[in-house]
Amino acid sequence: MFDFYFEIPHWIRLVVQGLAVMLVMFPIAAACSMAERKIAAWIQDRPGPNRTIAPILAWVPGIGFLQRLGLFQLAADGGKFAFKEDAVPGHVNKLYFIAAPIIAMIPALTTVVAVPFGAYIDSAGKLVPIVLANVDLGILVVFAVSSLGVYAVILAGWASNSKFPFLGGIRASAQLISYELSMTLSVLPVFLWTNGPLATDAPGSFTGSLSLARVVEFQSQAGFWGGAWFIFLMPLSAFIFLVALFAETNRQPFDTVESEADLVNSFGSEYGAFKWSLFYVAEYAHMLIGSAIFMLLFFGGWNPLPWITLSDVAHFLGFAHLPIVTGIVGIGIFVGKVLAMIFFFMWVRWTLPRFRYDQVMAIGWKKLLPLAIANLVAYTIGIALL
Amino acid sequence: MSPDILFYFFAALTAGSALAVVLNKNTIASALCLLVSLVGVAAIFVLLDAFLLAALMVFVYAGAVVALFLFIVMLLDTYGGDRKPFKKATIVSSGFALALLVLGLVTFADRGALETPAAEASATAVVPVGASLRAYGEQLFTTYLLPVQIVGFLLLIAMLGVIVLSKKFEGLEDVK
Repeated sequence: MFDFYFEIPHWIRLVVQGLAVMLVMFPIAAACSMAERKIAAWIQDRPGPNRTIAPILAWVPGIGFLQRLGLFQLAADGGKFAFKEDAVPGHVNKLYFIAAPIIAMIPALTTVVAVPFGAYIDSAGKLVPIVLANVDLGILVVFAVSSLGVYAVILAGWASNSKFPFLGGIRASAQLISYELSMTLSVLPVFLWTNGPLATDAPGSFTGSLSLARVVEFQSQAGFWGGAWFIFLMPLSAFIFLVALFAETNRQPFDTVESEADLVNSFGSEYGAFKWSLFYVAEYAHMLIGSAIFMLLFFGGWNPLPWITLSDVAHFLGFAHLPIVTGIVGIGIFVGKVLAMIFFFMWVRWTLPRFRYDQVMAIGWKKLLPLAIANLVAYTIGIALL
Repeated sequence: MSPDILFYFFAALTAGSALAVVLNKNTIASALCLLVSLVGVAAIFVLLDAFLLAALMVFVYAGAVVALFLFIVMLLDTYGGDRKPFKKATIVSSGFALALLVLGLVTFADRGALETPAAEASATAVVPVGASLRAYGEQLFTTYLLPVQIVGFLLLIAMLGVIVLSKKFEGLEDVK
């Protein structure tokens, strides 16, 4: 049925696949901003945006449901950002000012290449992950590319040539660099486990790999220990990773970067229209990728429930011989989990107050980092004794 | 696109931006050129199949070290500051050094020869050390164990030095 697809040149297929992933991710990242407003409204017991509708569509019966969900508000906001005058203030460093939002988007959309987002069962009965580039260095590539995101913030703060953006840029870069350490240390026990003594009796050669797909394979083995998600095996690692993830994506309660009470709008103060919205789409793209990594590492990736794997479900419901159906179900489960995680991000945002900046630094360096090191040492000794 | 074209492209990018680091008058622009240069080096590592080294290059140098450079530059001087023009002695001596380097390279290309690896070694398809984490880790903990330990101690000494220099000793009670 799809044979014609495999006859076109390899590089065209790669471009098509990359564009397809981006065309799904970009609108989801944009739609998150509307979801944020609706969820904020529900938590604060008010309806939120619910009136916008295109005049012609208003006559379609039953469309009021979408209207009340604020779906047309999203379209109107998007259109507004595209058509608004894109003013550049006279006192900024123009080159870097315009480059900063573009630099924000590049790492946010590049990291997705190393993130597997589904799996299917091939004719040999083997589970194959769906990913743009199944590299052995998986998590390292994601961390390396996403660490470049700090330059967007630094440049935006510096090029704006005014005080509050500059303070915000300095704060943001210090925060990003501080929490990167804890984040990297917190995932090491997972990879020690997947490459440790238990890995030898696992199917396939697992040793010496940082691939994210293999972490998921490791969580979908048979037996009690094989099927357990890593959230049960390493809750402290998951907690440290989660806290660092909130700080890395500049989300509440680590929202000191753009704390509007003391920094106006921080590094975005001088930005408007399309450039401003690019920063926010990049932030949501970072959240999506971060949530995806969290789900892959600690929540079993595309497996629906702990101890119940995707291939179990596929065999039980009898679509295991249809790779496309299995793939769509796998991607659906995974995207559903990631969106649930995004909801969690927003829930926390409207529940917890913001930390003060000195508290952010104290938590990062004096509490989270020692905890991450102790966690790593404990698991290293434990895994060595196994 | 053959790897050769890519190599020339990234080599030109690396060398060109490295030159821009020195010649740029604005210190922030210099730091950003250093960033581009390091990414170019990482790309050349990828062309050499040393994927791990490429990832580490981006992660450690491009991701953290240059960010700290920028940080320091911005804290010391908010607007990046214009560098003073080069002194005549600096220009002359750097031109002399460049001429020596070019002379050395030309002589090497003309008369010297790199030791070509033995035929059977290339036939067995040795895995490049920098390609995978496993190969790299095994080398670090066997063949290169002593250099790793020495570098570790050097870094520790540097770290202690930074702590001593940056900590404000009130009175002298802390030192005792």
